[in-house]
Amino acid sequence: MTTVTPDTDVRADPPPPKRKRFKMENWWGVLWVLPSILAVMVFVYGFIIWTARVSVSAWKGLTPDYTYVGAQNFVNLASDKRFHIDVTNTIIFTLVFVLGCLLIGLGLAILLDKGIRAEGFYRSLFLFPMAISFIVTGVVWRWLMNPAQGDRLSGLNLLFHNLHLDFLVNSWYATPTWGIAAVAIGAVWQMSGYTMALYLAGLRAVPEALREAARVDGATEFQLYRRVIMPLLWPVTLAAVIILGHSSLKVFDLIIAMVGKQIALDVPSIYMWTTTFDGFFFGRGAAIGMVLLVSVAVLVIPYLWYSLRQESEG
Amino acid sequence: MTTLAGTQRSRKWVYIPLTMMALFYLLPMFVMLNTGFKSFEEVSLATMWQLPSALSLDNFRAAWELLQPNMMNSLKIVIPAATISSFLGSINGYVLSKWKFRGANIVFPLLLFGMFIPYQSVLIPLVQVMSWAGLAGSIWALIIVHVIYGIPITTLIFRNYFAAIPESLIEAAKVDGAGIFQVYWRVLLPLSIPAFVVVYIWQFTAAWNDFLFAVLLTSQDNWPVTVALNNMAGSQIIAWNVQMAGSFLAALPTLLIYIFLGRYFLRGMMTGALKE
Repeated sequence: MTTVTPDTDVRADPPPPKRKRFKMENWWGVLWVLPSILAVMVFVYGFIIWTARVSVSAWKGLTPDYTYVGAQNFVNLASDKRFHIDVTNTIIFTLVFVLGCLLIGLGLAILLDKGIRAEGFYRSLFLFPMAISFIVTGVVWRWLMNPAQGDRLSGLNLLFHNLHLDFLVNSWYATPTWGIAAVAIGAVWQMSGYTMALYLAGLRAVPEALREAARVDGATEFQLYRRVIMPLLWPVTLAAVIILGHSSLKVFDLIIAMVGKQIALDVPSIYMWTTTFDGFFFGRGAAIGMVLLVSVAVLVIPYLWYSLRQESEG
Repeated sequence: MTTLAGTQRSRKWVYIPLTMMALFYLLPMFVMLNTGFKSFEEVSLATMWQLPSALSLDNFRAAWELLQPNMMNSLKIVIPAATISSFLGSINGYVLSKWKFRGANIVFPLLLFGMFIPYQSVLIPLVQVMSWAGLAGSIWALIIVHVIYGIPITTLIFRNYFAAIPESLIEAAKVDGAGIFQVYWRVLLPLSIPAFVVVYIWQFTAAWNDFLFAVLLTSQDNWPVTVALNNMAGSQIIAWNVQMAGSFLAALPTLLIYIFLGRYFLRGMMTGALKE
């Protein structure tokens, strides 16, 4: 990965006598990073505490109102029909999105790992959606998944019809209950290449000797993947699930661009937005923000802890 | 022997699923370009899968006219944001990898977590502070936001990069009498050009593609291209063919970066997963 190793015996160096000679300069170091640390402390942690405060307040309307109401906003959410739709949609979205990305990502990585020609070409092609804004892809998918039927058939439905695959014609995001799954397909399109890149890096790290040994022992290709390679890829799968899972909790742009703000296709991040900035229910909006934060933290903090501990050990 | 022949044969069929998936990934691009290049008369939802009979720039011209001010706004936001982010990240990464102070092991994870938070948990205070500072609606608000919320990822990329640079190089400079600043300026900065490219591309792409902060913090005059495009798509007046051309224009800058500097883009992405 790094190209900067001018001499090879550097690891034999004794640890630098930091403590004695550079004490003064360590303070300079602190001073250098202080602006960034302060900015993050205020804009991340300070703002989270502020939001937490708003989430237990009665703030409704344009003027701030910090009257303490306890957990009332959270209790209200628990019996809020719209929030129930949000939770269901998030679950469906997450399942389709995460499983779709994992299956497609792993499949493509295994195919690309077969030592084919034009590997670089395919890899770049599968990854390019990562460079594009969700707004752009959302606008295009909106037309591709146009649910109109009959004479006004268009987009993918029209393509299916032209290819005599009429059984595939469906109403996409206009489907009751499962409409959000159509949006998740757009998200899979965007992020499955990224999952492929993670898996491909993992596959490349599997020693060739291990594969050979399994083959000599008479393992079929399928057994090789199932029994030898997949267990080794477990850390990659875990990382992918965390990254994808946490981004599915945050999805906002793609839904807005594809289907706008519809109750049937609502998710917590959009509910937070509309109730706060369109409806001025600041207390409720802050409560949704906190619920989102806690859900993400439950996923991400153990992962961060694990990654950083591994790093300091390795 | 049979296994060898087997793998040879298996390599041929591999191209079938790969090509089918390639078509799936290209589908939205095809629709954008195919529609974009049709003349106004030829555009119709019923014939959206037919190729244009002649190349026309009608749609791109119309979309450019609508989006051009917003493309400029995006540039005005993204270039300063990416530049400031890169320098901050480089300084932070340097100190956190080479001049570890007491507490650095606590500060770093706290910084990193900032990368993962759902921004819905900070939006209310953010709007309050920006209006209080008189910045709400301006492009400055967005620049500040991209710089600050970019600190975690840019710091992480530079820290990983600098961590791989041998201590002996720094020790040698110190023996020559270089202080913390000279070591950075004379030794590490020149070596870190690749990391700068990675971070700059990452921040450029993230800020260009941002929608959430932009729609919250900018007024109509200062809308970047994502907000303008979303608005265009939501309106009944602007035809879908112009929307397709506009989508392509909005995607073009980051797409070009990806095509020419994809290697660096990928590196930033892998760091985001805390993997090298």
